[in-house]
Amino acid sequence: MSSVHFVPVFLMLLFVEQLLNGLQLGVMLFLMSAGLTLVFGIMQVVNLAHGSFYMIGAYVAATVMLKSGSFVLALAVALPVTAAVGMLVELTVLRRLYERDHLDQVLATFGLIFFFNELTRMIWGRQPLFMDVPPWLSRTVELLPGIYYPSYRLLIIAVGILVALFLYLLFSRTRLGLQIRAGATNREMVAAMGINIRVLYTLVFGLGALLAGLAGAMAGPILAVEAGMGESILILTFVVIVIGGIGSIRGAFVGALVVGMVDTLGRAFLPQIFRLLFDSAAADRLGLALASMAVYVFMALILAWKPRGLFPAPGN
Amino acid sequence: MKKVLLMALLALCYSVTAVAQEPVRIGMITTLSTKAGYLGEDIRDGFQLAVDEGKGTLGGIAVDLLVDDDNRKPEKARQIAERFIKRDKAQILTGIVFSNVATAVVPKVVREDVFYISPNAGPSMLAGKGCDPNYFNVAWQNDNLHEAAGKYVNDKGFNKVYLLAPNYPGGKDAVSGFKRFYKGGIAGEVYTNLGQSDYAAELASLRAAAPDAVFFFLPGGMGINFIKQYAQAGLNKTIPLFGPAFSFDERLLQAVGDAGLGVINGSQWSPDLDTPKNRAFVEAFRATYGRTPTLYASQGYDAAQLIGSALKKVGGDMNRQDDFRAALKAADFTSVRGNFRFGKNNHPIQDIYVREVVKTADGKYTNRIVEKTFVDHVDAYASECSMK
Repeated sequence: MSSVHFVPVFLMLLFVEQLLNGLQLGVMLFLMSAGLTLVFGIMQVVNLAHGSFYMIGAYVAATVMLKSGSFVLALAVALPVTAAVGMLVELTVLRRLYERDHLDQVLATFGLIFFFNELTRMIWGRQPLFMDVPPWLSRTVELLPGIYYPSYRLLIIAVGILVALFLYLLFSRTRLGLQIRAGATNREMVAAMGINIRVLYTLVFGLGALLAGLAGAMAGPILAVEAGMGESILILTFVVIVIGGIGSIRGAFVGALVVGMVDTLGRAFLPQIFRLLFDSAAADRLGLALASMAVYVFMALILAWKPRGLFPAPGN
Repeated sequence: MKKVLLMALLALCYSVTAVAQEPVRIGMITTLSTKAGYLGEDIRDGFQLAVDEGKGTLGGIAVDLLVDDDNRKPEKARQIAERFIKRDKAQILTGIVFSNVATAVVPKVVREDVFYISPNAGPSMLAGKGCDPNYFNVAWQNDNLHEAAGKYVNDKGFNKVYLLAPNYPGGKDAVSGFKRFYKGGIAGEVYTNLGQSDYAAELASLRAAAPDAVFFFLPGGMGINFIKQYAQAGLNKTIPLFGPAFSFDERLLQAVGDAGLGVINGSQWSPDLDTPKNRAFVEAFRATYGRTPTLYASQGYDAAQLIGSALKKVGGDMNRQDDFRAALKAADFTSVRGNFRFGKNNHPIQDIYVREVVKTADGKYTNRIVEKTFVDHVDAYASECSMK
C-alpha cells in the first residue's frame, strides 16, 4: 500500500521543486525584460545590446567579489557601473538612432554586442571568470519535508519580487513613473507638456541597464561568467516582452513568470511524458524537440489569441 | 661563356639560399573568439611555444606560423583554409577546435595535397570511413576520453548511472562512447539544449532518479554552469560526478572553484604526468604565459613537435610529399604524454588516464592522475578505415 502512495507524493514534491525552478527563471527573465520593454515601448528602440549589460553586471560583480570577497559590495559596485555604461551608450550611440528606422537600430545595437564582447575579452581575457555564491548563502534549505532548495536561488526569487514591487511603486506612485508611462503612451504630447524627454530617455535607459546588470550580477554565482553570456538569455527575454506586450511592465512580469514556468516544466516533464505515452526512440526525440520548442510554441499560441501580447501598453 | 656560367652559378646560389631561407608556412585555423576562444588560444600558445623553443624553427627548419580566427563557423574556416592554401601557399594546416568545423574543412583540403594535423577535433567520420593519408590527428578520437570515464565507472562497480549531454551529435557520441565500456544500469539519459545555462530542472529530476553516479558531457561554459549548480544543490556530497577532461581543463577549473573538487575525468594528458618532456613543457609554458597549460595546449605543442619531426626528415622540402607523409606517420618525436604512435587510421594509439580535480597549495585548481585506464588504446573506428 505504502508504495502506491509513495509515487504520487514523490512526484508532487518534484513538481513543487520544478515550480520553484520555474519561478526563479521567471524572476531572472523579469529583471531582463523590464528594462528591455521600457526602452522598446518608450523610445521605440530595438536594443539588441541589452544582454551586454547583463554580461557587464556579471563581469564587474565577479571582479569585485574576487578582489574583496564580499557579495554585497560586488552588487553595490556592479549596479551603478552598468547603469553608467547604459547611460553612456544612450548618450553616445542610441541618441543618434531615435529618428532612424528599426533596421538601423538593429544593426547598430547588434554591432554593440560585438563591441562589448570583444571589450570584455580585452579587459578580462578569454577565460571565463569565477564567481561563487557567498558562504552564507551556499546551503540548501529544506522548504517542505523532502524539498531541498539552494538558498541562493531563494534569494534570487526574493530579489526579483522586490524589484517588481519597487517598479510597481515607481510607476504608480511617483512623478517620474507617471512621466515614463506618459512617454510610453504619447511622447510628442509629453514633450509638448514641457518635460525634458531627452533626460527622461537617458534615465529610463540607465534604469533598464541597471536591472539587466542586477540580473547578471545575481546570475554570476550560478552561471559561467564569460563573453557572450548575455545573448543566451536575450532570446528568452524577447519572447517574454512579445508575450507580455511591448512597453508594459506588468506584461513583462506576467510574461516572464509564464515563460519561466513553461520552459522549466517543459524541460522537466515533456520528455518523460512522451516516454510514458509512446515507448520508442522516436518519441524520445519528439519529446526533446518539443521541450526545447515549448516556449516558442507557447508564444505563437498567445500571439494567435492576442496579437499585441497579454498587456499591451496603451498608445502603441 | 664564362660570364654566362658565372651568372648561372650566381642564380643557382641565389635559388639555393632562397630555398633554404624561405620558411615553411603553416596555417593555423582556430577558434579565438566566441565563448570557446580560450581553447584556440591554448592550442595556439602551445604550438607557438614549440616554435619559440626552436627560435623560429620546428625540427631546425624555419617556419612561418599564420593564425586566423574561425569564429567557430565552418564556412569562415573554409574561407581561411582557401586563403592559406591559395594565397599563402601553405601546405600544412592545423588548429581547428570543433568537430563540425573540422568535418567542413579537412576532407576538402586533404584532397588538394595539403596536410592537415588535427590538434583537437577527432570526429568519427575522419577516423573511420573518411580517413585520409594526408590527415593526422595528434590529439584523440572524440570518443576516447568518454570511453576512459566509462571504463573507470564500470571498474568501480557503479550500477545506476545518470547520463547527461547536450542534444547535438557530439553529445550523442559522448554518451555512446561512455556506454562502449560501461555495462551497468542506466538511471536516466537526458539531453539538454545546446548552450543551455540553467540546469535547475534537470538537477531536480536527477535527484529524484537517485543514481549512484552521474556522467556528463557539457563542453565549455555549459559545464561550468552545471558543475556549480550541481554543487549548490548539494549533490556533489552524495553522488559522484564523472566526465571527460573537456569540462575540467586547467583554465575552466579556475572558473568552477571548489565545486569541481574531487570530480573524476578521463584524459590522455595531465600536467602532473611525470615524464621529463612533460615536466619541461609545463614549466616552460608557465614561464612564458603565466598559467598552467591545459590539455589543449599540450595538443598544440605536440602538433608542432610532430610537424617539426617530419620537416626535419625532409630537410624542409615540402615537395617531397611522400617522404613527408611517411615521416609524419612515423611520429618520431617525444610526446609530452609519453607513449605515442599512429594507428592505421592516423589517429593516436596511446594511454588514457583518469584524473581527479584537486586544489594546489597556492589556491589554484588542477588535475592529478588517479590511474591509467587504457594502455595503447585504439579508437573504435580504426577498423572502418581502409588505409593500411
